[in-house]
Amino acid sequence: MKLTGAQVLCQSLIEEGVEVIFGYPGGVVLPLYDTLPQYPQLRHILVRHEQGAAHAADGYARVTGKVGVCLATSGPGATNLVTGVANAFLDSSPVVAITGQVARHLIGRDAFQEIDITGITLPMTKHNYLVLDTGLLARTVKEAFHLARTGRPGPILIDIPRDVFEEKVEFHYPSQVDLPGYKPTVTGNPLQIKRAARLIAEAEKPLILAGRGIMISGACEELAALARAQQIPVVTTLLGIGCFPEGDELSFGMLGMHGMAYANMAVSQADLIIAIGMRFDDRATGRVNGFAPNARIVHIDIDPAEIGKNVRVDLPIVGDVGAVLKVLNKQLEPAKNMAWFRQLDDWRRKHPLDTDGEGDVLLPQYVIEKIDEVTKGEATIVTGVGQNQMWSAQHYCYNRPNSLVSSGGLGTMGFELPAALGAKIGRPQDTVWCIAGDGGFQMTLQELGTIAQEQAAVKVAILNNGYLGMVRQWQEMFYGKRYVATPITCPDFTKIAEAYCIPALNVKTREEVVPAIKKAMAEPGPFLINFQVEPEENVYPMVAPGAALDEVIEKPKKGGS
Amino acid sequence: MAATKHTLVALVADRPGVLNRMASLFRRRGFNIDSITEGHSEIPNLSRMTIVVDGTATMVEQVRKQLDKIVDVIKVTDITGPDIIARELALFKVKAAPANRSEIMQIVDIFRAGIVDVSQNSVIVEATGDEEKIDSLYELLRGFGIKEMARTGRVALSRGGPPAEKPSVRKKKKN
Repeated sequence: MKLTGAQVLCQSLIEEGVEVIFGYPGGVVLPLYDTLPQYPQLRHILVRHEQGAAHAADGYARVTGKVGVCLATSGPGATNLVTGVANAFLDSSPVVAITGQVARHLIGRDAFQEIDITGITLPMTKHNYLVLDTGLLARTVKEAFHLARTGRPGPILIDIPRDVFEEKVEFHYPSQVDLPGYKPTVTGNPLQIKRAARLIAEAEKPLILAGRGIMISGACEELAALARAQQIPVVTTLLGIGCFPEGDELSFGMLGMHGMAYANMAVSQADLIIAIGMRFDDRATGRVNGFAPNARIVHIDIDPAEIGKNVRVDLPIVGDVGAVLKVLNKQLEPAKNMAWFRQLDDWRRKHPLDTDGEGDVLLPQYVIEKIDEVTKGEATIVTGVGQNQMWSAQHYCYNRPNSLVSSGGLGTMGFELPAALGAKIGRPQDTVWCIAGDGGFQMTLQELGTIAQEQAAVKVAILNNGYLGMVRQWQEMFYGKRYVATPITCPDFTKIAEAYCIPALNVKTREEVVPAIKKAMAEPGPFLINFQVEPEENVYPMVAPGAALDEVIEKPKKGGS
Repeated sequence: MAATKHTLVALVADRPGVLNRMASLFRRRGFNIDSITEGHSEIPNLSRMTIVVDGTATMVEQVRKQLDKIVDVIKVTDITGPDIIARELALFKVKAAPANRSEIMQIVDIFRAGIVDVSQNSVIVEATGDEEKIDSLYELLRGFGIKEMARTGRVALSRGGPPAEKPSVRKKKKN
């Protein structure tokens, strides 16, 4: 039987196990939207801006491990997706973005709402397609999902002209893909793994740097086995948070610009770094030529192009980290580096994080700590970018994989609310907290409308300091306290929430914090709390840009203590 | 580490936009490309590209691996070394009055090049060879006045053996 292109697309999405599409209709995708009701298994969530669709698909993908799907019309619909697609690209998130395109005979003629979206997204997608032959649509969808979710995951964009949606073709969904140019290396080189085992046996101060690749690979247990067999301390990247329980005594938190002082000291002192599923981002390494000066570096990653891209690597292993760790773990002899562990433990005791302000001030760190307490560390935390993100990373104790959802590589303000929506849709049984700053929240707050319409029980905590806080902090520390364009006024966020029929609270004092969080949790639907926090609180510890990781600036000690 | 010229050979799908994907990669990662040529390969629907990159071994390895990540790129091999045949085609439109035509022809003969067009005031010289040969010929012809020049950039194959970049014998990624 012949199907229209729109039906082919829907059937193909169902074949790929898609349940949710975050989208926004428009002219050229009308034939597709008209077809959607024939496929009730595809739940369409109407966002308020296409950027929100891409971020929601990204958040959905990160918490479920499935491919997130977003959909937009041609022209401005497509360009609005771009930030979200770029965000998914830099954080290796499996997203399939579908855009409508003007009809084939109009392509290249600057037709109404025509834009070259495959050209635009070329440097920020793992691959993209413009479907000019309706007969190739099913195969294209098959390839797109395969590419998005395998190897190093990433976003794939499929641009579909309007008349392709309408043209009738024979539907046959391929069972296999044929991509001769795409064969990710899964199994690690056994010789290299053997060498790694030897380096681990020889090391006196080994340290694991764990990234999100571990969670993508589903290798958290293998990681834990490696760490525990050898008593190797584990430090994570921002996106690696959750791959190893932070409550474990072998967990030494996050490294990098706002990493724990003891984590950064550990990197600087280690004689062996085992970097797993991470890519040595500059925010994680600090000044590269001062990075881990005493260590040999083993780098395990599925993307060969990451090996040696940013830091020198002594022993590379290309492969799926789970597959590699399974083999590596079999070759390890139990050993305990207790002296090294005690050293790190001692640093950890001497450099605790401070969450108490002076007197009655409400510190943002305190808010995060209380959300941790009330949710017993079991919530999924979705953050914005900046100070709120760093405090969320530092002060919540993450014990589950993918329990922190954050824009790491692109650093996209406004990611938090739509991504939290996507996370909640993906994991409806989870408590999802969106931790926002007052700046980033104003970038995508229209998605409150989507949250209200879907009755998605996202709990929003705004750490409101009246500044674009992280930029203000840099102005304070590196630009002579000249606060240019960082003081920002806010609407009354509780009134905004109420306008969307979302209950909300203002919190100004420490005493109000826990009751407010509990009230939000008791509410069956969405809830918003505006925390009026200390305006000029800074994120510490900090490694200044261009400094090495051992040059940590810690929070100034309170007077007298 | 010293920068040297490397010859990369890529087998790519013969699809619209492939060159664009590669060019975009060079631009955004700041790789400097000396030349890039593309044409059909011996396999239907696949093109073979020759890319000349000037850079350190580390940088060129990064170029190779990044190119290899492009889905339409089947395989990229760095064939730099003594065991390659590298050629370039050049066309020179040289000013040539009847008086000095024979002198030009002598030079052309020495270089085993050919004259493919003659007009009132100029000749077109066609030459094939490695870059050094083309450069030397250019230096000699320059004295007569070169009105136009077109060079293809390097095309290269490795000597003997199976093609290094055949998809069927795709080597395991070096670690």
